[in-house]
Amino acid sequence: MAATGKIGDRPLTATTSWGAKGRVSIRATHAIRIGFVVAAATIWESVSRSGLLLHDVVPSLLAIFAAIGRLLINPAFYANLEVTAWEVAASLAIGGAAGVVVGIALGANRFLSRAYEPYVYYLAPTPRIIFFPVMIMWFGVGVASKIALGALSCFFTVALSTAAGMRGIDPVLIRVGRSFRATTWQMALKIYLPAMRAPVLNGVRLGFGTAVITALLAETRLSNHGLGSMVMQIYSHFDIPSLYGLLIVVFVLAGLGNVLLGKVTGDRG
Amino acid sequence: MAEGRKAGRALPIAVGAGTIVAVMLGLEGLLRVGLINRFIVPPPSEVLLSFGRIIDEEDVLARTWETAFEVLVSGFFTILIGVPIGAALYRWRTLRAAIEDWVAAAAAAPLVLAFPLFLVMFGRSATTVIVMSAITGLAPMILKTTEGFAGTRQVLINVGKSLKMSDRQMFWKILLPSALPLIFTGVRLSWTFVLISVVGIEFLINLGGLGQLINDLAERYDLPGTYAAIGFVVMVSVIFFVALERLESWLQPAR
Repeated sequence: MAATGKIGDRPLTATTSWGAKGRVSIRATHAIRIGFVVAAATIWESVSRSGLLLHDVVPSLLAIFAAIGRLLINPAFYANLEVTAWEVAASLAIGGAAGVVVGIALGANRFLSRAYEPYVYYLAPTPRIIFFPVMIMWFGVGVASKIALGALSCFFTVALSTAAGMRGIDPVLIRVGRSFRATTWQMALKIYLPAMRAPVLNGVRLGFGTAVITALLAETRLSNHGLGSMVMQIYSHFDIPSLYGLLIVVFVLAGLGNVLLGKVTGDRG
Repeated sequence: MAEGRKAGRALPIAVGAGTIVAVMLGLEGLLRVGLINRFIVPPPSEVLLSFGRIIDEEDVLARTWETAFEVLVSGFFTILIGVPIGAALYRWRTLRAAIEDWVAAAAAAPLVLAFPLFLVMFGRSATTVIVMSAITGLAPMILKTTEGFAGTRQVLINVGKSLKMSDRQMFWKILLPSALPLIFTGVRLSWTFVLISVVGIEFLINLGGLGQLINDLAERYDLPGTYAAIGFVVMVSVIFFVALERLESWLQPAR
């Protein structure tokens, strides 16, 4: 377990292996991942077959995979997916656009930032689902209330990220623009927007996550359409393998959406 | 000079608070002249008066305690489970390379959507709220703990090695003190996630503390009461968040 280190030019040996350096083997990494998956699957299947827990609570993996297969050939799944995707996209467009506008205003003006940013900052980590009754009263029980709640959720994240991005612009870039006597539009298009691209896209990515969660939860509460509503329908029939299957598919889809936005952020940021 | 700076800071704060008061007064006026339907938006004056009513009639303090208890238990479990896992991910770098991305993905996954499954497993009880919220808060705790240990300055580790410290000494004397600031950041993030999750699940499954209160009042169509309850939950969330921030900065004065 001896490890080596250095103080100045003097090599050291020690009895600890904390803080060891060196390359991580990709093969070992893959082996650990495969090991985790195999161990989890084995434990799950063993518990399922042992009868230690109710069979309905821990169904066989085969039953869950069969349920996923049935789900993926079910037209109702795609109809519900379309509704949820539309709600999330609309939430992101409305909440994201409002967040960018407010974020730019807060980031560009110190007075506005001091006056209003604390409210945005401290309201951001509140549980948004509690506003759902208000949204139902304002926008009805249809898709609009879910979109409104999703937009409210992602607004705060995008606004704070944009404001931080605006403040983080290198002052040299702004001085260069001014020294070239750039107009307001030129400053916005050539200096501010390109410099803020990464934080804004990061905010949109985080906003996407919150919009997805909020829209799905709102659907579970009051809706006949969307994946959240489908979760509750399956739960009401106590079809647990299908419930696991649908949740896995939703998690994978949300993860793919996040990865896709992450690629956009990473590639362009 | 200092007074001028103070006045300069007070003005925007006054403008922010004044804007909110102005919006409320404007809303009150529009509702009184009938331009906005009071069956959709209750007058702010009625909402303000409802605060006292819901505190008296709806047992708000007991509900707040119930929610606080669930947050504290869930939060305690996030530390108890998250910190050792975070330390293990730092200790075994191959393990970290293998599963850190999975932990990060779990942080972004809509785990709370799985509440029907937890209802099947644990029933409609506080256990469901606590287990789900602890799981929700686990990922940021693990990630920040690992980040904290990984940020230990190499010179400190080298000092420990030069003193031939054992694994245990190295952990308690060097790594943990160095990682504490980021571990507290993890606690703040994690407990914020936990509060959101606890109130959200209480609202969704209509059980327990403050989340259920909003649900109850909305189902009774008590509009001023619903708005007041939402305002109360927002206020509690903000106080909780500010307290965590203060605690974090008090525990790490150097940052």
